[in-house]
Amino acid sequence: MPRRIAVGIRGVGHRIIDSVWRLGYASRFFLLTLLKSGTSFRRFGLIIRELYFTAVLSLIIIVVSGLFVGMVLGLQGYETLQRFGAESAVGTMVALSLVRELGPVVAALLFASRAGSAITAEIGLMKATDQLAAMEMMAVDPISRVVAPRFWAGVISMPFLAALFSVVGVFGGYLIAVVVIGVDEGSFWSQMQNAVDFRYDIVNGVIKTCVFGVAVTAIAVFEGYDASPTAEGVSGATTRTVVTSALVILGLDFVLTSVMFRGMS
Amino acid sequence: MQRTTMDLWVGLFVMAGIGALLFLALKVGNMGTYSAADSYTLVGDFENIGGLKVRAPVKSAGVVVGRVTDIQLNTETFDAEVTMSIDTRYRFPKDTFASILTAGLLGEQYIGMAAGGDETSLKNGDKIMKTNSAIILENLIGQFLFNKASEGNESGSNKN
Repeated sequence: MPRRIAVGIRGVGHRIIDSVWRLGYASRFFLLTLLKSGTSFRRFGLIIRELYFTAVLSLIIIVVSGLFVGMVLGLQGYETLQRFGAESAVGTMVALSLVRELGPVVAALLFASRAGSAITAEIGLMKATDQLAAMEMMAVDPISRVVAPRFWAGVISMPFLAALFSVVGVFGGYLIAVVVIGVDEGSFWSQMQNAVDFRYDIVNGVIKTCVFGVAVTAIAVFEGYDASPTAEGVSGATTRTVVTSALVILGLDFVLTSVMFRGMS
Repeated sequence: MQRTTMDLWVGLFVMAGIGALLFLALKVGNMGTYSAADSYTLVGDFENIGGLKVRAPVKSAGVVVGRVTDIQLNTETFDAEVTMSIDTRYRFPKDTFASILTAGLLGEQYIGMAAGGDETSLKNGDKIMKTNSAIILENLIGQFLFNKASEGNESGSNKN
């Protein structure tokens, strides 16, 4: 019995040390990616190609979800605000929730599951089929040729995707509140413009999306690069990408919100 | 390097993204109507600011002319020192009255500026001399009850 407990404790310690080890490896990998990204900027075509696969192909899911999120916000906001006779503030509510929180967070979650998982699976499969090793044989650095363009494409596309999400969401809220329910159009827009501050709300939202973009794509490329080169390993890495990204996005969002929007309390 | 259809799609995506950011800035946000770039600051001492917060609007005749940028407690006079940045397009006379008002019954608090008749106008960093504190509901109710009670005592003593 004591022997079994000892084995259990040893297992826990082993897992902790292993995860610290992996974190260190991930940080080194991240720095290496940043250092070696010069080549991908000199050959911008590589980034354009990845932008097409990560950003352009994510557009449909981002736009459709943004529309529905905005419509739900419009419905729920109206339902709650009309109790206080403040239904004209529904535009403010929709815009502020989207620009500050839902736009960056939901767009990043969707981006992680749509594009992040694809990046991990692609790099993982390249590793499993020895393509990365073949590149090294040809003296082509896989980090600067494969990893860095994908990383930068993700970082560049994330703010645009989140901005599109917010805009489509505001349009969805407009559709429900003004077109369907019949809130006054003038007060919908004017109250929104009064309440949403460019520097305070929109710039902070864009900063958030940039941070999320870096976090999600860094996790995705690392999990792909670190995947064990088997079918099982690649599937496990893809799952880990989505799970870790979601947790990191939500955790970072709390930290960023508490730093950025403290003045309102 | 050849141009491909992929480039076209990426170009469209970037254009849509920049368009979305512009839409957010101009239509959703208030960058088109008010920018902090060309503004001057005024300071006002208030006895009690109630629920006034940083970023609350400063209005004159209902028009937003600026925002509250900072609120500090002056430890010598124990007054609240409110700093506000005002759009340079709007100049106010020296004897302008600044009072803390509430939008609606439960609305947010803002600073209302009522212009006086002085010839010289307030400059950057000037202090507004005439201020009016926020109305605190509890104090009002307390005063009302106090008045009622003293009225009751008076009428009681008249009977005797």
